[in-house]
Amino acid sequence: MIWNEKAECMSVQEREELQLNRLQEVVKKAYDNVPYYHHRFDKEGVAPEDIQNLEDIEKLPFTSKNDLRDAYPFGMFAVPSDDIVEVHTSSGTTGKPTVSGYTEKDIDIWSEVMARALSMAGATRKDVIQNCYGYGLFTGGLGIHYGTQKVGATVIPISAGNTQRQIEIMQDFQSTIITCTPSYALYLAEVLEKEGINTRDLKLKAGVLGAEMWTEEMRNQIEQRLNISALNIYGLTEIIGPGVAQECEVKKGLHIFDDHFYPEIIDSSTLKTLPHGEKGELVLTTLTREGMPIIRFRTKDITALHQGTCKCGRTNIKMDRITGRSDDMLKIRGVIVYPSQIERALLKIPGMEPVYQIVITRPQQLDELEVHVETSPALFSDEVKHVEQVKKSIEKQIHDEIGLRVAVNLVEPESLPRSEGKAIRVVDKRNLN
Amino acid sequence: MKIKQISVFLENRKGRLWKALNVLSNAGVNIRALSIADTSEFGILRMIVPEPELAEEKLVENNFVVKVNDVIAVEVSDEPGGLDAVLGLLNNADVNVEYLYAFVEKKTNKAIVVIRTEDLNASIRVLEDGGVTILSTEEVNML
Repeated sequence: MIWNEKAECMSVQEREELQLNRLQEVVKKAYDNVPYYHHRFDKEGVAPEDIQNLEDIEKLPFTSKNDLRDAYPFGMFAVPSDDIVEVHTSSGTTGKPTVSGYTEKDIDIWSEVMARALSMAGATRKDVIQNCYGYGLFTGGLGIHYGTQKVGATVIPISAGNTQRQIEIMQDFQSTIITCTPSYALYLAEVLEKEGINTRDLKLKAGVLGAEMWTEEMRNQIEQRLNISALNIYGLTEIIGPGVAQECEVKKGLHIFDDHFYPEIIDSSTLKTLPHGEKGELVLTTLTREGMPIIRFRTKDITALHQGTCKCGRTNIKMDRITGRSDDMLKIRGVIVYPSQIERALLKIPGMEPVYQIVITRPQQLDELEVHVETSPALFSDEVKHVEQVKKSIEKQIHDEIGLRVAVNLVEPESLPRSEGKAIRVVDKRNLN
Repeated sequence: MKIKQISVFLENRKGRLWKALNVLSNAGVNIRALSIADTSEFGILRMIVPEPELAEEKLVENNFVVKVNDVIAVEVSDEPGGLDAVLGLLNNADVNVEYLYAFVEKKTNKAIVVIRTEDLNASIRVLEDGGVTILSTEEVNML
């Protein structure tokens, strides 16, 4: 079902005209109202008037996550704080979080794009949507929430966690659509199976799943085991939250709501724009946001764009599912983790050598994080319990740092693989490509 | 009287125990007593050797993590109840045993037990008061 036929099915020419008008407007707004962009544009010798066609966007500088962090908390806002009605932040696991500010109109836009996304999953006024994304500063919970309200469906704002309760509510309230991470969907399937609950007795028909990378194999499993249609949703707090792009029932790529978010693909090393169809880093520009316009945000997510009319009838440009990150950022169970955080945690332990290797696996459906640590005389003891205590204290330090449970595995010195004298820090065995 | 024990960290994978013993073999180190504590992820190889310093040096050269620490070696009679008497003394004195391992002497009817407790000094007092023979390094090396 198409929520907004005009916006989702317009011709390429129509869309490009709309995008150019909006781009010119947003660039001017950013230049006039955000000191950061004013200085940045001046420094690069580019002015809003230089945007004469869509390709001219390449003249504009990129915005990185660090730029946003430097502007913490409200430095990127383009309106007086009186006009900001809501704020959200990214998880901020590596220091200051990045803040996203919304005006009333921005919330309307968010509700609109999320309504389109949920409609792709078949949501109507008749549906009961169990929203298992976390509510709070994280954009997942409220983003989905606004979309369900816009559609007029019934939302169950159950938030994340407490699986027993999720299942009980799912049965009693007859939820038809579930919104959560794909790994949680699989976990739910497992618990349902364990409890002998037949998914055919449930009313679930679709899942809007995102906030982490996943694969076609996972989709097949989720669809079979939960007896639903599993659809991929994409979004970022910096741009708006969930609802930047969503998969339609064709399940061949995600439609970017490109009347609001302008996508480009760049080569992460040369920073040159790549043609459609080529794999590279996704760069997004908000075309309509008032509270916090973002110009050419480097998402670090690797994908490719495809233009054309989809079988579903939509003409919104499509992106492939995300297959990787252009930097070393890891997303484990939906949580952002940097190898440097592990290093920081290890260095808090006296006598600890920061020689480690992170191994990420997905043995069943949930990501497992293992950290191999080279042991040293200071950590070793003739007593098993002392060595185990050391292991536990390392696990705790890492847990405190990244908020995820890890299994630490002590290994012998010089046993971790090294290449050119530098340790290979991350081994991702999840096979997401 | 305490004697030196050498402990070696072993990753729980194929060939590691052999590698450690191979290093000692090449260094001409004769092992008097040995035990292995194994967990699902790692093992601790504990040994009594005549030259713990040499053993340590060679193992460290080969990237093993090594610790040398004190333990007690006692002589118990090689007959039913021999170890029971020793442990009974420690238990009555409320001394907690961390681990122990035993080996039987060839020439006499004695068994040797290596004991590591929470408090070695207290253990030595308790055992000596109880009439248990505690072996010196020289005595252990002569076995």
